[in-house]
Amino acid sequence: MTSSIDPFLQAGAKSKGARPWFLKDGDVERVLNITMALAQEVSVLRERLDTVERLLERGDTVSKAAIDGFEPTREEAAERALTTQEFIARILRVIQQDREAIEAGEEMTSEQVGDQLAS
Amino acid sequence: MADGEGRNASPDYDGPPDYRVVGRHGMFPETTHDEIARFNFLTHMNRHLSTRVMPGVAEAFEARVAPKHAQETGKPFADRHEVRRALTGDPMWQWWSALRRSTMESRQQAGRWVTQRQADSLNAKARELTENDPRLKLNPGMKLPRGVEMIDHHCMPGSYHTELVPGDVTGPANYDSGIFATTGGMLGRFNDGGGMAVAKWVKETFPDFKPKRILDIGCGLGHNVLPLAEAFPDAEVIGVDAGAPMLRYGLARAKTLGVENVSFVQADVSDLKDLFEDESFDWIQSTMFLHETCYETMPKIFAETRRLLKPDGIVLHVEQPQYDASMTLFEQAMRDWDAFYNAEPFWSKMHEIDLDAWMKEAGFGDNELMHGAVAAVVDKEVFPDAADDDSEDFGRKAAWHVVGAKKVA
Ligand SMILES: C[S@@+](CC[C@H](N)C(=O)[O-])C[C@H]1O[C@@H](n2cnc3c(N)ncnc32)[C@H](O)[C@@H]1O
Repeated sequence: MTSSIDPFLQAGAKSKGARPWFLKDGDVERVLNITMALAQEVSVLRERLDTVERLLERGDTVSKAAIDGFEPTREEAAERALTTQEFIARILRVIQQDREAIEAGEEMTSEQVGDQLAS
Repeated sequence: MADGEGRNASPDYDGPPDYRVVGRHGMFPETTHDEIARFNFLTHMNRHLSTRVMPGVAEAFEARVAPKHAQETGKPFADRHEVRRALTGDPMWQWWSALRRSTMESRQQAGRWVTQRQADSLNAKARELTENDPRLKLNPGMKLPRGVEMIDHHCMPGSYHTELVPGDVTGPANYDSGIFATTGGMLGRFNDGGGMAVAKWVKETFPDFKPKRILDIGCGLGHNVLPLAEAFPDAEVIGVDAGAPMLRYGLARAKTLGVENVSFVQADVSDLKDLFEDESFDWIQSTMFLHETCYETMPKIFAETRRLLKPDGIVLHVEQPQYDASMTLFEQAMRDWDAFYNAEPFWSKMHEIDLDAWMKEAGFGDNELMHGAVAAVVDKEVFPDAADDDSEDFGRKAAWHVVGAKKVA
């Protein structure tokens, strides 16, 4: 499809105003942004595969149009949503553990425990 | 639909609905399977960040940030800015913020891709629907308000006013198609849960109120204007905004939704003297608007509402709650995030203003002021209900305060 606005140039445009950076190293944050964009695309692929599976299960023809027009039922939508939530929980595990570490407070390292076990 | 059951989630699932429940009016962009899936991912990311990660920031604040500050200074935090600056040094805040910003930028990219690739058909549709319709009054030479000109609000490239080609409506179409992902569906099918709530509140609060003329200032593309026009079908409803694309898309959208008693006018709402006479409106509404103005224009806007209101008329400003002593400094600092990191530059200053005092400066009396609270009205079968939701997405929750006045006759 041709369009007088080129999304390749325009969709990812910067907004006006200096961008804030949050992590200690800007390059780490750049990599985080690329990683999350990839995660998004994996989630998109996963949803597409799920759609194909469900079309096949229904005995429908699998075509591009059938995929674009797919409508999940209430139960199917819930299952797919849970899959997406599970996916996000999986990739953001390290953040979950950071949170749990706050809750746990000061803990001994394995080395310290080892020293104590041998004392 | 295979079983005619609806696409909403099953009773034991309480997360955001699938994007496919979104209301498709005649101006709504077409979406491919993968474009929908992208919005679904972003919706769940936002939900994950507000329910699973953001609570970690509060925990880090209690466990690390506040004790460290106390130890280093021996004093409690002086204000929300001190709290925010202390938070910026904590890894939990840093990662939550980096992820939130990244999700927002991806949401912009996703919506812009959808709308820009079909720019020509969207723009042609808008032209067909609005050309020679007197209900669209544009003012191409208009000087942009400072608050709009200086930065792209909520990192939305081009903000509300940019046309990439003549007659462009891809900006508002992007805003309209992506807001579902930003809010996790909390605003309902047509993203009009705020306007529906305001209409309901007005009907309940003033059962005999029969407005003939309603003005919505800073109306955007009219998400929250159409519910007023539908609740009062005999009224003439006028939305005013600075952004021409929003208005063009707004009228086209309204017409395809069958709402005819509304018109859209391009102007700076801090000066409407050339457009509207004194005492010519029964109701003046602003929704999530004041935080995008500035110190200079807000008093002028309040004065204009005073001038334009008929005796017995009402003015209502709907916004996130103001900061006051009843709100912890931590909550204030978290609510300020959008001001400092999501290009809402006036958000912080606006939320510390004593709105009652400013309304009185504009001529409203103590006896005329009123206050209330509303939560988004949505189809609860399909959508999460903000009123029953105890999660907190500081500054983003679909529940608002109302500050207003009823002009004494
Ligand atoms: C956050 S949007 C709110 C839109 C709408 N009220 C809604 O609830 O969806 C703020 C709008 O105010 C407009 N705006 C800001 N300053 C303005 C001014 N001085 N005059 C007219 N419009 C203004 C912007 O163009 C933008 O569309």
